[in-house]
Amino acid sequence: MKSPPPRAPASAAKLLSRPLTECVASVREGAALPSDLVSAAFDRADDIGAGGESLNVFLATDRDRATGHAQELTALIGRAEAPGNLAGVPVAVKDNIATLNMPTTCGSRILEGYVSPFEATVVRRLRANGAVIIGKTNMDEFAMGSSTENSAYGPTRNPVDIRRVPGGSSGGSAAAVAGGIVRLALGSETGGSVRQPASFCGIVGVKPTYGRVSRYGLVAFGSSLDQVGVLARTVEDAAIGLEVIAGCDQFDSTSADVPVPRYELEKNAGLKGLVIGKPREYFPEGLNPRIAQECERALEAYRELGAKVREVSLPNTAYSIPVYYIVAPAEASSNLARFDGVRYGLRVPSERGLTGMYEATRARGFGPEVTRRILLGTYVLSAGYYDAYYKKAQSVRALIAQDFRDVFASGVDVLFTPTTPTPAFELGAVKDPYEMYLSDIFTASANLAGVPAMSIPIGGARGLPVGGQIIAPHFAESVMFRAAFGLERALAGELLPGEKSA
Amino acid sequence: MSAAASADYEMVVGLEVHVQLKTRTKAFCGCSADFGAPPNTNVCPVCLALPGALPVLNQHAVELAVGAALALDCKVNATSVFARKNYFYPDLPKGYQISQYDRPLAEKGWLTIGELDDGTPVRVGITRVHMEEDAGKSVHDRYAGATAIDLNRAGVPLIEIVSEPDMRSAADAGAYLRLLKQILSYSGVSDVSMEAGSLRVDANVSARIRGTTELGTKTEVKNMNSFSAVERALDAEFARQVALLESGGTVTQQTMLWDGAKGETRPARSKEESHDYRYFPEPDLPPLVLDMEWVARVGRAIPELPDARRKRMIEDYEISAADAELLTASAGMSEYFEAVARASLDPKAALNWVMGEVSAAVNAAGVPIDEFPVRPADLAELLRMVREEVVSHTAAKRVFARMVETGKPAAQVAAEEGLQKVGDDAALVGWIDEVLLENPAEAARYRSGETKLQGVLVGLVMKKSKGRADPRKVNQLLPERARA
Ligand SMILES: [Zn+2]
Repeated sequence: MKSPPPRAPASAAKLLSRPLTECVASVREGAALPSDLVSAAFDRADDIGAGGESLNVFLATDRDRATGHAQELTALIGRAEAPGNLAGVPVAVKDNIATLNMPTTCGSRILEGYVSPFEATVVRRLRANGAVIIGKTNMDEFAMGSSTENSAYGPTRNPVDIRRVPGGSSGGSAAAVAGGIVRLALGSETGGSVRQPASFCGIVGVKPTYGRVSRYGLVAFGSSLDQVGVLARTVEDAAIGLEVIAGCDQFDSTSADVPVPRYELEKNAGLKGLVIGKPREYFPEGLNPRIAQECERALEAYRELGAKVREVSLPNTAYSIPVYYIVAPAEASSNLARFDGVRYGLRVPSERGLTGMYEATRARGFGPEVTRRILLGTYVLSAGYYDAYYKKAQSVRALIAQDFRDVFASGVDVLFTPTTPTPAFELGAVKDPYEMYLSDIFTASANLAGVPAMSIPIGGARGLPVGGQIIAPHFAESVMFRAAFGLERALAGELLPGEKSA
Repeated sequence: MSAAASADYEMVVGLEVHVQLKTRTKAFCGCSADFGAPPNTNVCPVCLALPGALPVLNQHAVELAVGAALALDCKVNATSVFARKNYFYPDLPKGYQISQYDRPLAEKGWLTIGELDDGTPVRVGITRVHMEEDAGKSVHDRYAGATAIDLNRAGVPLIEIVSEPDMRSAADAGAYLRLLKQILSYSGVSDVSMEAGSLRVDANVSARIRGTTELGTKTEVKNMNSFSAVERALDAEFARQVALLESGGTVTQQTMLWDGAKGETRPARSKEESHDYRYFPEPDLPPLVLDMEWVARVGRAIPELPDARRKRMIEDYEISAADAELLTASAGMSEYFEAVARASLDPKAALNWVMGEVSAAVNAAGVPIDEFPVRPADLAELLRMVREEVVSHTAAKRVFARMVETGKPAAQVAAEEGLQKVGDDAALVGWIDEVLLENPAEAARYRSGETKLQGVLVGLVMKKSKGRADPRKVNQLLPERARA
């Protein structure tokens, strides 16, 4: 029998709780070994029960391979070659992002055991910058869900309160960061699946502008909405992570050829003169009072640090959930057609020939939520209904995007809203699919409009984290980070020189 | 069906032609688009539709598609949109085909397929030209009880050329297809080979009472693997529809398959029937926006098309319209002719040789003209040798045959085979004497004044000399040798 792997030195474990820049500096200076950081991450995962029945954070880990990669990095650093901005940093990757030599199952039975023969551009970029991929994180099947309860491999639990969901669909990645296993994780968004779990788990989650980050290797759900995003403990960590994965990619025709700024330079930009829009549609009567209260506190902090807060309106906000639940399933019904049992993944034989095989494979391979959305998507695209649903939804989508353009054109730099309508709920508490869909009510608009948005922790409600959302114009992630850095610092009670005290 | 009844009806035909573009790589990935590679060797994550793979449009395919559209006088749209055509089939790896739907690459072109007796041109409208990708291939006969899938063709770039229902007979359809094939070949956008699957035809056919303008219910006929099959299938389907209408029945809109062996069309099985394809804009590809100046440049770069070439050749080389028509049937043949005509300065001889010996030899060899071993310059040299009487016309044909076999230049072959004209009196006298000796009866009649036998005897001398004898000199020498 194999003896248990040695535990990482205490210093490495401590380092994992420090900012990314400190981790990387220690590695570069030789004060810490990448393999120690990797061991510390696995130790932490063991300590909090991330692998087992309890938290169920990972669908796959490969300690040997990660350790091997860490040793290669050590050799690289020994030869004084540039090890990259994430040198030695353990990173967790959502299981719908293709990784070489590790499973990529999308939390679905239909891809059980599938190992991708190619790697997503974002993962290549992480590795090229010295990150060590330690595992694939649990998720709602094909990223459809808001709680990570829809995984074919069981739900993930929220490390803050294990009776509660971590949010979804990037719940595994959010739990890996919130549980202190990694400093940085990749998630993906179609309607809020990075920001919503970030909010539920009390961490930072960023969805970049559509086109800012390559989708090559991200298993498509709603192609016109999907983006890879980052989950991190701090705004600065998230900024560093996004900078590594962002940028044009010749393998993704929808990726944009727009220069990538150094987001972490916004750290000391301050908030003076920034105009924060407060959209009234995001603060409805009946908003959860604790969330309303934390948001007001954040807006007050903005005012005190020299930003202006202006009430604005995004009149088509109410349509974002209905429009989202037409566009996303429509695209999903087509994107998921390739899972047919012919070339890879699950195949369920049938007596009834080819059609029988298709039906049996897909019936057994897809869970109820995926089936529901495929049916919905097929319906809204079918002859006779296309104009009434899909086409109509696309025109309303254009109006929603126009709302954002108008409000930003009016002199507003960023918008501030709650990320979610409630804090994390208990496992099994939300049973009605439509009620579940409302978890994304404040996040889906940004995906429909393609604008960047992020969630940062702004406080707590009865011990549960509350997230605030910052939304910026297309490709204006820098100003979004500037607003996030300022708020993060203000809420921590720290000030830049010249910022007046509260 | 009575002949009279049939004459009361008119055939209405529109054609949908799929053409493979001549690109090195596939439409949306870097895999080779070559025909005939071992199964599943030209594949990658994109054309296998592995989870996470995304398409990237091949710019060369766009250029060829635009070239084809312009060659067919279509208006190229500054913005066209790729769409997904969704259906399940094992050789369709993504579960959808990337095509263009409501915003195609190009629209509103036409082809002139002939003229009426009064000189009015007969035009067939081209509704649209759009880009799409091919599917893979199902192989049913390789493994017992199982179907194999070869995805080498999956993602190969195609254009679909959709005509208006402007054709009124199978012959019209044949003329349209031959001209279309000619134009696509001339413009260099496709190999247009039905055998290699780079050109495929589906036909929409309906019958209506002659003189009416309303369209009848149409059927779609598939599975035709040659132009003559298209013509036969159209006639058969038209006859079927007329018989149905005559007997008081109605035509149902459906897909028919052509059974060449039985010479009839039959309804396709239900799974080959039309689907609800649930088209919607392909979200993985941005709209195709073309710089119209670039489009104009592509248009200027299209090689001369058959019509223009026919007109120019009639003028440049003073050949007949019929000859020009025959020569331009293939781009390669007309280019070959022009090269020989220019190099030999003898268009008339070039025409005779290219239409005669060259096309016969090319057909016999079964190779495309650009792989024919006798290069135009070499043939021009042979023509010069004939004109300067270095070789006789008869010998020249033997020289040519050896050139086809060996690929050697004309002069070398003539020298090696001893086929240069022999004007040397001693040799000629020897051959003449032998002929007179071997044909005593004819020689006697000739001597007795039957001068029309001169030709026969000269011919025999030419034959004996294997064409090398100079016939002019033989004619001079014959009378005196006969008297000797
Ligand atoms: Zn390929």
